[in-house]
Parts: sequence; structure tokens; C-alpha cells
Amino acid sequence: MLTVLLDGVASGMLLFVLACGLSVTLGLMNFVNLAHGAFGMAGGYVCVLLLNRHGVPFLACLAAAALSAALLGAVLERTLYRWLYGRDHLDQVLFSIGLVFMASAAVDWLMGARQQLIALPPWLQGRIAIGDGLATVGVYRLFLIALCGAIVLALHLGLVRTRFGSRLRAAVDDAVVARGLGIPVDRIFAVTFAVGSGLAGLGGALGVEVLGLDPTFPLKYMVYFLIVVAVGGANTILGPFLAALLLGVVDVAGKYYLPEVGAFVIYTAMVVLLLLRPQGLLARSAAR
Amino acid sequence: MSGGGTLAAAAPARVGRASRGRWGLAAEGLFWAAWPAAYLAFPDYLPLLSQVAIAALFALSLDLLVGYAGVVTLGQAAFFGLGAYTAGLLAVHGWGEPLSGLLLAAAAAALLGLVTAPLVLRGGDLAGLMVTLGLGLMLYEAANKAAPVTGGADGLQGVEIWPVLGLWRFDLFGRTAFLYSLAVLVLLFLLARLVVSSPFGLALRGIRANARRMHALGTPVRARLVAAYVLAGAYAGAAGALLAQTTQFVSLDVLAFQRSAEGLLMLVLGGLGRLYGGLLGAAAFVVAHQVLSEMTPQFWQFWIGAALVVLAIAGRGGLLGLLAAGRARLLARRGGGGA
Repeated sequence: MLTVLLDGVASGMLLFVLACGLSVTLGLMNFVNLAHGAFGMAGGYVCVLLLNRHGVPFLACLAAAALSAALLGAVLERTLYRWLYGRDHLDQVLFSIGLVFMASAAVDWLMGARQQLIALPPWLQGRIAIGDGLATVGVYRLFLIALCGAIVLALHLGLVRTRFGSRLRAAVDDAVVARGLGIPVDRIFAVTFAVGSGLAGLGGALGVEVLGLDPTFPLKYMVYFLIVVAVGGANTILGPFLAALLLGVVDVAGKYYLPEVGAFVIYTAMVVLLLLRPQGLLARSAAR
Repeated sequence: MSGGGTLAAAAPARVGRASRGRWGLAAEGLFWAAWPAAYLAFPDYLPLLSQVAIAALFALSLDLLVGYAGVVTLGQAAFFGLGAYTAGLLAVHGWGEPLSGLLLAAAAAALLGLVTAPLVLRGGDLAGLMVTLGLGLMLYEAANKAAPVTGGADGLQGVEIWPVLGLWRFDLFGRTAFLYSLAVLVLLFLLARLVVSSPFGLALRGIRANARRMHALGTPVRARLVAAYVLAGAYAGAAGALLAQTTQFVSLDVLAFQRSAEGLLMLVLGGLGRLYGGLLGAAAFVVAHQVLSEMTPQFWQFWIGAALVVLAIAGRGGLLGLLAAGRARLLARRGGGGA
């Protein structure tokens, strides 16, 4: 029971790191970016390549994954995404689905369709017992919880305490007024997009062991990211974080206790949550 | 809806019945004459031509919903798949009569539309988009897990369809399949044309352009949107049923997300909100698929993606948009010379 809970929390935190960039894209620019998972996939493959082919240490791989995904995000934002701000959702959806297809096909061609595996360093392997044999939990899961927890905290403080954070919040609340006050909304958005992509890349790298990695990654987890964002809302770190935790626990529990139902649980959860709690999303799109 | 949307909405208004000149009629005649010509010219490719007709019907259903009513969906495959499974299951369980099977499949899809419309049209279009996506995935998973009924990942086997109207058996070469699909496409296309030029169709276009104003004018916006959603669902269901009946097999990918996305691509490729756009886009798409996927499947997926990106950035007049722009330029030049 506790094992399932901890595994759920770990994968929930991972989902948050993967998805938090999307909440800014959707909240700030009202841009439906279905291709967010592609950045996660890019980070994952960078990590796998460096680790397996070149023997780079695991932590360095993580950093490289985050940096390369951030770079990719920044380049794509400046070259392609910016053309579609302010266009209607159909265009954005088509564009980002197109990107997903291209990314999947390219990765399939370069790396093959098989599931990628990585060998974790010895200090992250194994399991430890908690309490008196109450439950055992993988060391890597604990590492995930600690690292992602630190990221959540850093993001929260960054958003609440720094000048950049307050400008970002202002821009999400009302981009027009923020622009009128002299806040460089476009530049803030570009930076945030790159950071979000970088975090997605980091999440993809961390997730190779937990979520798996193959060319279908962006499509497979697209729904998960959308749930996190749709349920969580965009102006806080806490909302998407709680949504991600909930999703992680429900998903792991569903797979553990009701394996025959499979992914059905998560899709049902998404639809139900969207119907019950549409505020985060709807309040904003109605205001615009 | 911003700049691009209003432009695209203005274009079909111009192609109204009264102003459709000689050129329009000639192009239409040419388009429909191409089908029997293709039937005679490519007797070896009849299954492919049936695929074109089915894809065209699917794109038509999306055009009614996306192009006219302005409801963006990522889950149209749910209706297509439900229609396919309805027709397939009816045939497996001893009712292989094609026309009634088709009608029942369309009715089942319409019912699904009626049930899910309140969920999809509940709030902003972002939430609606995600709900359609979620519903589509739910149905896919349900069909996948309900293997005893649907055959799961192996597909539904043993579909046997009786002769059409008791006269024409489905033959090995796909002659009956093609003519049957084409006949259904033509009938439903004529119906769709009637619908979009009716007051109902005008109301849909109005809602697409400015829902709030239509509401103020006294149009029951929600009821119109629900009706459009149900109608589009029925069309997609009929397309699915056609696929099940002509191939006598239903595989799980009738419900796949890929199909919804490809439908949108066909529509955008041809041109949104013009009825013919979907048909033309479907033909271009299926033929391109046939040619490109002979190289490698990944290659093909890459090019679909690239096409989507380019079309999204370039705007979505599509092929018909290009034609219309060319014609407008020609007319303007001629008008300028006369003045």
C-alpha cells in the first residue's frame, strides 16, 4: 500500500516536472501546445545516448538533457512557434500535432522503435525498507522525490519571490495590461518557454527508468500533461503540482490494482476532472 | 477567432448558390466526373478508390463540425470507430444487410454525439478540445480491453455482408464496394450541401464567426451546436460503417487518435468550410499515402507532420483556397483592365 503510494508520488512529481512548462504555454500565451512531450522525449534520448554510448556520468547526462531540450525549445520558439501566437486553436493544434509526428518519425528513423533502457549508477539501484518491513521503496524513487521536490520548491520561490516571477504572474493574469505597464511579455514568454522545455527534457531523462522511452512518448503522455495543466490551472505552482501528484497516484494505483482496465482509468479521470473542475482553464479562456 | 478565422469564414459565404458562376459549375462537374473516370481507368486500384470515398466522407463530417460550426475536435475517430464496430458487430451476429447496417451505425454514432455533446460544448473550446481527446482515447481503450466483443488488438473477424439491396454481391475486385461507397458519399454530400445552405447552416456560420452576437440575435446557439455535433457524428459513423462493410474487417485503429488527426489534415489540406475541401484533401491524402508509404512508414509519418506544420503556419485556405485566390486575382486583373 505504502509502496504504491510512494511510487505514485514519485511518478506524479516526475509528471509535474515534465508538464509544468506546458502550463505556462497554455496559461500565458493561450497556446495549445500538444508537442510539449517532444521536448521530454528529446531530453530522454540525449540522456540515453550520452549514458549508453559515451559513458558520461548519470548526473551530467541529466544536466545535458535539460540544457539541450531548453536550447531546442528556445530555437523552435523563435523560429516556428511565434508565428502561431494569437491564431486560433485549430491552427495551433494542427501545428503541434505536426511537430509530434515529425519528432516521432525522426526519432524512430534515427534510434529505432524499440524501448530504450538505461543502466542506473550503482548508488541509485536497490530498494530500502521503510519502518519495520512496512514497505520497501526503490532508491531511485526516493531520489526522484527529493530532486523533483527541490525543483518544485525552487520554482515556487522563483515565481513568488523574484521580480521575474511577479512579472510572469502579471503576464499570465492579463497579458494586455502587463504589456501596457511595460513588462516585456514576449521576452518573458520566450525565457519561460525555454525553461519549461528544459524541465521537460530533464523529466524525460529522469523518466526513462519510470515512464519508459520510445518514439511514441510524446503522444502517449500528451494526455497526462494536458490533465496536469487543465486541472491545475496556470498561475500557481501548487495547482499543477497537486494535480500531478493526484494523477501519479491514481495512475500507479490503477495499474497496480486494476491492470485489466489499464489506461481507461486515467482517461476517465481526465474527463471527469475536466467536467468537475474546469475553473483553472475556463476562467482564463473566458476572460480572454 | 482572429484574423485568419474571419477571412476563412468570409470565403465560403461568397461561394453561395447565387454567385456560383459557370466556373464553379464546371469545376463541380469535373470533380464528380473524375470518379467514374477513375473507376474505368484504374480497375486494379478500386480498393484504394473506396478508401478515398470513405476518407472523403470522414473529412466531410469534420468539415461540418470544424469548418462550419467552428467546434475544434481531436476525437472524431470515436464516431468513426463506433460506426465501424456497430456495422461490423451487426454483421458478425447475423445481420449483414448493408444499408440498414449503415443506418444503424450512423444512428449509434449520432446517439454517442447526443450523449457527449453536453460534455464537449460545456465551456471554452480548450476544455472541449481536451474532452474530445479524452473521450476518443477512452473509447479506444474500451474497445482494446473488451476483446471478447471487439476482438481487441486482433481486430473483428468474420464480418459477412449481404449483397447491396439483395442484388449486388461484394466481389473480390472491390467493384461493388467502390460503387456502394461512392453512392453513399454522393447522397450524403448532397444532404450536407442542403444542410449548409439552409437557415440552420447559416446559423452555424454565424456562430462560428461570433457566437455572442448570434445569441443576442435570438439564435439558440447551444442547440444549434449540439445538432451540428450530432450530425457530424452520424456522418463519421456512416464513414466508419462503410469501411467495416467494404473491407469486411474492423481493426482497432478505426478509433486511433491518428485517424482524428489525419482527418483534420485532409480537411485543412483541401480547405476548411467549403465541403469540397474535405473531398479533395482526402483524395490527395490517400493517394499521397499510397505513394509515400511504399518507401517507409516512418518517412510517411514525417511528411504528414511536415505538411501539418506548413499548413498551420501558412493559413488554412488549403488547395481550394489557393484556387480561389488565383481566380480572384484573375478576375481583379480583368476588372482593372476594363475600368
